[in-house]
Amino acid sequence: MKPLSKPLAGGALVVALSVALTACGGGTSSQKSGSASGSFDKNATIGVGSVYEPQNLDNTGGGGQGVTEALNGNVYEGLFKLTDSGKVEKQLAQSYTVSPDGLTYTFKLRDGVKFHSGKALDSADVKYSIEKVTGPKSQSARKSSLTVVKSIATPDAHTVKVTLSSKSISFIYNLSYVWIINAQAKNLKTAEDGTGPYKLDKWTRGSALSLTRFTGYWGTPATNKEVVFHYFKDATALNNALLTNAVDVVTSEQSPDALAQFKSNPAYKVNNGNSTTKLLLAFNDRVKPFNDAKVRKAITSAIDNKKLLESIWGGYGKLIGSMVPPTDPWYEDLTHVNPYDPALAKKELAEAGYPKGFDFTLDTPNYDPHPTAATFIKSQLAKVGINVKINVITPDQWYTKVYQNHDFSATLQEHVNDRDVVWYGNPDFYWGYDNKQVTQWVTQAEQSDTTAQQTALLKKVNERIAQDAASDWLYLYPQIVVASSKLSGYPLNGLNSQFYAYDIKKS
Amino acid sequence: MTVYVLRRLAFLVASLLLASVVLFLLLRLLPGDPANALTSVGATPEQLAAARHQIGSDQPLPQQFVSWLHDLATFDLGNSFVSTLPVGPEIATRIEVTGPLTLMAFVLALVIAVPVGFVAAHRANTWYGLVLSGVSQLGIAVPVFWVGMILITVFSLHLGVLPAGGFPQDGWSDPAGALRSLALPVVTVALVMSASLIRYVRSATLDVLGSDYLRTARALGSSFGGAIRRHGLRNGAVPVVAVLGIELASTLLGAVVVETVFALPGLGSMLSQAVAQHDYPTIQGVLFVTTLTVLVIGFLADLAQRLIDPRLRSTLTGGKP
Repeated sequence: MKPLSKPLAGGALVVALSVALTACGGGTSSQKSGSASGSFDKNATIGVGSVYEPQNLDNTGGGGQGVTEALNGNVYEGLFKLTDSGKVEKQLAQSYTVSPDGLTYTFKLRDGVKFHSGKALDSADVKYSIEKVTGPKSQSARKSSLTVVKSIATPDAHTVKVTLSSKSISFIYNLSYVWIINAQAKNLKTAEDGTGPYKLDKWTRGSALSLTRFTGYWGTPATNKEVVFHYFKDATALNNALLTNAVDVVTSEQSPDALAQFKSNPAYKVNNGNSTTKLLLAFNDRVKPFNDAKVRKAITSAIDNKKLLESIWGGYGKLIGSMVPPTDPWYEDLTHVNPYDPALAKKELAEAGYPKGFDFTLDTPNYDPHPTAATFIKSQLAKVGINVKINVITPDQWYTKVYQNHDFSATLQEHVNDRDVVWYGNPDFYWGYDNKQVTQWVTQAEQSDTTAQQTALLKKVNERIAQDAASDWLYLYPQIVVASSKLSGYPLNGLNSQFYAYDIKKS
Repeated sequence: MTVYVLRRLAFLVASLLLASVVLFLLLRLLPGDPANALTSVGATPEQLAAARHQIGSDQPLPQQFVSWLHDLATFDLGNSFVSTLPVGPEIATRIEVTGPLTLMAFVLALVIAVPVGFVAAHRANTWYGLVLSGVSQLGIAVPVFWVGMILITVFSLHLGVLPAGGFPQDGWSDPAGALRSLALPVVTVALVMSASLIRYVRSATLDVLGSDYLRTARALGSSFGGAIRRHGLRNGAVPVVAVLGIELASTLLGAVVVETVFALPGLGSMLSQAVAQHDYPTIQGVLFVTTLTVLVIGFLADLAQRLIDPRLRSTLTGGKP
């Protein structure tokens, strides 16, 4: 279904939600793990432990984020790829040109690319693949960001010409999520036909998915022979698998309590990467008293985010003070805008006309860490006279009550994707932040001619929403990859759930 | 006996129908809209309506029910809302894990419970008889996941002799691997299950030991062992077999927990995930198959009881599970 999401709790709905919170485009930084030096086993099997099992194998047909993790870049490739450090690189596109009006993109395809079935890649496959994402049956999260595609022409087998209805600086980035699929392929929900360094060996639902090196690969062959993704629903079972060498690496550790046993053991390496997942206390900015920025600022200043992060994630994760994580190009540290300061909070509350505080209901999803965070917030706000009533709801109820019907005062939610600050430019979004200037900046940013322009505009957006305390951005989650110390070359940041396995070396 | 079997079969079918109605209605009464699982967030009302139409949740309830029954009659359990793949074949592959797990655990539990229960009753006044009763009492209070975690800690993490979880990707085509994977889960379930079985065996044995017929047999010169073999076993087995049916059924449900602890791709883990995802066809399919199994087990246990005890054959009440 939605390949871009990276929710921290199970459930399709959570997956769905997180996608919603998707923006477009991406950029990040950070290095590949370990060094590629030393000898390694070219025929190694790499066991990967994950909690994100694919629903099916089609990323436009409800496959979920698990399918992105296992197949993106490994089995399927795009015209462009998003590296683990957040850069967009050419992959199946050899080169491209953009018309002066920014509306027509002409792509030349790489030579000698073969699908796993043996068929050579041509422009019809690219057209088919893009249309598969934008088509009426598509459940892709990219669908909305690719609605700017007006038409696709294929003048020859190696050329694809895409015409947009309006300028979109994120278009190339968005293409990095479009898998190029053999237009003739069948049964994509249980089989595949991609161009990547691995082909699918076997998928056993509820258990594992294995990939083996594709001998006809056009690029550098994978540095291991086989990758097996093992799926777990229980964090303890996942960690036990790592402890007993049933898996070599865990893509995303969700339980900080389990880390101690790996940190103290030289056989393992605990990697602290950059996530893009933010925990939000989102206000309904349409309703009293949260329509007053003073009130929102007061609440933000009344909550000690540092203490909250420490209690939930120990030494991991970081404070950001706004919606933008350090891996987005328009990041800046805005934690100083609304500092933790209960005295300031009281003053702001008095100025807003609530010297004695007020009562509100906090809609809290029923899975971790939301209930813990809600209790913490309740106790913090009690100190400035605000009385919080915690209302625990299921992801389903959240979706209907909060997201669809906007029937709430304040809520907790995690927003998982990179570049999702642009949602503050949409006054119809569930939190109802409505600032004409911000909406205009967001629109202009997408129409930018250069990324510098885009970056400058989105920085302004970021600063403005922080000044307005549009939401309270409690903290940024860590991205923790735990691996056997025999392993190197694995991705650390897992941007948008992808997990490139072809550079992994096992000694 | 034939009449009884037929009556019992009719009862089985009626129970199944009733169960399917209850199952169907309960799922529809859950809060939340399954169409949400199919659409991206931010879906328009039109897209949601299309999704509802696609899965048929916009139809009136009776119509949904009839079409479900119709599908069942043709052995079609429908397609999952979430994965869009057919439910039936997946249940079949999951049974390959849950089935052997349950059966092996059941047999092992019997192997443990019968002698232990017997000794606990026969030697009720010795110290080890008391210890056995006490341990079985304690075993009933112990949660399955806790036993599982202890076994993992000892046999996987410390001794490293058995896998901590998972199931070979090749399934039973790798029999040794499959058996190794199932060893700890089987022992876990068997231990917990035998705790309650021991108590049933013990009380059934106590009844037999205190019975007039056994005393008479002994008085007529039969040895203790001979009297037990000839008269005691049969009489003791009747109540135990009745309980076995129920125990086997509850083991299936216990599989949900054990499969999560051991990361096994069985029916239990399939069910728990489907519940989390509001995936009605999958929930319905799994529950339907397990309900069917439980009813059939009850039916067989009932028949077995009557085969063991001729006195029951003449009674045609047929209401006991």
